[in-house]
Amino acid sequence: MKPIDLSLFGAKGAIVEAAEGKWGMAIDQDLCTGCQACVVACAMENNVPFVGEIDAGYGRSMHWIRIERFWEGEYPEIRMTPYRPMLCQQCGNAPCEPVCPAYATVHSQSERINLQVYNRCVGTRYCANNCPYQVRSFNWRDYTDERVNDAIATLKNQYNPDVTVRRRGVMEKCTFCIQRIHRAQDRAKAEGREVQDGEFAPACAQACPADAIVFGRIDDLRSRVSRLIRQKHGVHYLEELGTQPRVTYLVGGAS
Amino acid sequence: MTEKHEHTAERHLRKKHLMLDPLPRGQMNAMVMESMHATSWKFWVVFAVLAAITAWGLFYSWGVLMLDGLGMAGVNRPSYWGIFLVNTVFWIGISHAGTFISAILRVFKAEFRRPFTRAAELMTTFGLIQAGFSILMHMGRVWLAYWLLPYPNQRQLWPNVHSPLTWDLLAITTYLLASTMYLFLPLIPDLAMARDRSTGWRKTFYKILALGFRGTEGEWTHLRTAMNIFAFAIIPVMFSVHTIVSWDFAMATRPGWSSTVFGPYFVIGALHSGMGAVVVVLAIVRATMKHMDYFIRTEHFEAIGKLMLIISMGWGYFFFNDYIVQWYGGDVWTKQLLHWHEAGPLGWMWFAMLIFNVLIPWLVLWNRTWRSNPWIMLTVGLLINVGMWLERYIIIPISLTINRMPFTWRMYEPGIEIPLGIGTLAFFILLYLIASRLIPLVPVWEVQEGQMAHSLKKVGRETVVTVAELE
Repeated sequence: MKPIDLSLFGAKGAIVEAAEGKWGMAIDQDLCTGCQACVVACAMENNVPFVGEIDAGYGRSMHWIRIERFWEGEYPEIRMTPYRPMLCQQCGNAPCEPVCPAYATVHSQSERINLQVYNRCVGTRYCANNCPYQVRSFNWRDYTDERVNDAIATLKNQYNPDVTVRRRGVMEKCTFCIQRIHRAQDRAKAEGREVQDGEFAPACAQACPADAIVFGRIDDLRSRVSRLIRQKHGVHYLEELGTQPRVTYLVGGAS
Repeated sequence: MTEKHEHTAERHLRKKHLMLDPLPRGQMNAMVMESMHATSWKFWVVFAVLAAITAWGLFYSWGVLMLDGLGMAGVNRPSYWGIFLVNTVFWIGISHAGTFISAILRVFKAEFRRPFTRAAELMTTFGLIQAGFSILMHMGRVWLAYWLLPYPNQRQLWPNVHSPLTWDLLAITTYLLASTMYLFLPLIPDLAMARDRSTGWRKTFYKILALGFRGTEGEWTHLRTAMNIFAFAIIPVMFSVHTIVSWDFAMATRPGWSSTVFGPYFVIGALHSGMGAVVVVLAIVRATMKHMDYFIRTEHFEAIGKLMLIISMGWGYFFFNDYIVQWYGGDVWTKQLLHWHEAGPLGWMWFAMLIFNVLIPWLVLWNRTWRSNPWIMLTVGLLINVGMWLERYIIIPISLTINRMPFTWRMYEPGIEIPLGIGTLAFFILLYLIASRLIPLVPVWEVQEGQMAHSLKKVGRETVVTVAELE
């Protein structure tokens, strides 16, 4: 295990960050084909509503994960850069957390994940402003109400019963599929064992046909994800802000 | 010939300065009472129009917004904050000048403040009401706004004291309570005056509000002590409020926002818009209310004009300071943002802000004749307020457009914010209209006190303005 860097954000925070229970993710941008399967799977798993064409076009789509595409160079010499799936980085030192006046966005004690307490949120949207990754979604309308959103009428029948349906005026975000983490932990506990590496995956990782998203314990040095993130071409986006991201991107490994 | 000349000089001085042009007490009291009672049909037309705009713009639109959610507004990703926050900061800014004029000038015993402290203090209270409405409109679930207050509850859930928004709420509440008390204290002698000169429901109204003030020596001593404490105490509160408002932005991890100079920059910006608003209010009060041209004279516009010029220079300095520090930092995102301010699709706002806040005040206010003209001052005051509103618009939705995730960059287009913004403006003016009929807009006792202290004396051939020791 790496030595604890106490200069990062105070002794207490640094020790807590280095403590057990760290879930993390590796995303291989070289493997990502931009197929958006993770986006769909995430929406199905977490009851993320579709907002309709107009609102989506106006920057109100609510997906917890998005595939970012960029081009490089001037026309006609255009080259596409690798797709970048962007989701909550589950920052160890999250800028969204201290700014909430109602304590609606908190760090969970056991999983060390940044979570949103929907029924405590009053909708100041300060957390979303302060998120450098812009990965928080706000319920601009009652998208889960059929009278507001036609698209939801049939989709209602396949809601995931493990996940709360959110109403208008609250913020929401990626939870690393905490309901799946809990289910796996409960099963392992019932069977009297530890959770195995690769036993379960969040919806995005499970759906990825290219196996570009890998999830697991990053405090376990033998897990697949911690072997991947130790590679030389692993990067943390906006690391310079001191956010301590839990998602490592692998980019430029092929070249 | 010399005698005639001296006589003219004296008349000129009396005409110019309210403090040298005393009227008998009874007459002055009667004038102020009449200005409250003389209500023409035009007043009721304006009143009805404003009430209709308030009902539609503020209350009906807000109902729609609450029922349908913030999708009705223009906020999106990345501009999670929009005109609601612009209006909040704008109204808090307006409300600043009331206390500034009243408390600072009272502390420094500036004589020209006497007739218009009340009109300015009212701006503080009424402006803060609009700021409160604007911030509540901004919330996703406004019906749970009380969760931001530290009230005891069984589950031991408290507001997060790490959040600048919590500090902001506490600062604004403190300011609202303190400034309302500060408005009320100097009002007591005037309410007692009005009580003794009215009948019917007005008498009951003033009787309750005057708290049985009779004007004994003891009462005056207590009143003066209380006013003195408030005048001194409210000045640091005023500085802290807008500094804390600036922390909502300065504490955030965003290019263009995390600027250490935002505190003083916001305070001076608030004073800039607030002084502009005071001058607008004074020009309108003077032109529309009976006898007000006796109390509010060109000397007052002239004096406020000087203050406005200094504040405009201060604002220009802090704007430059903020800009140069951010630019010099060389951060790649900040560079993008500064470029977006000037050369983006809304670059005209950036230039308009500089023209209205700096260029026009600097070109107009240096000239004593122009400064003394209420209509020129009204125009300059309005333009400064437009400029300051644009400044907040640039800081909030325009700066939010640029973040560290270029994939999300998108413009902000206001929706229901527009009727709601117009609604708060109409409600602000409406509150003023109601106040102008119910309470004396001029602190009569303060004017009389000043007039008693001042006199014109002949020393040899010279006419000299003499002052008895003040307080």
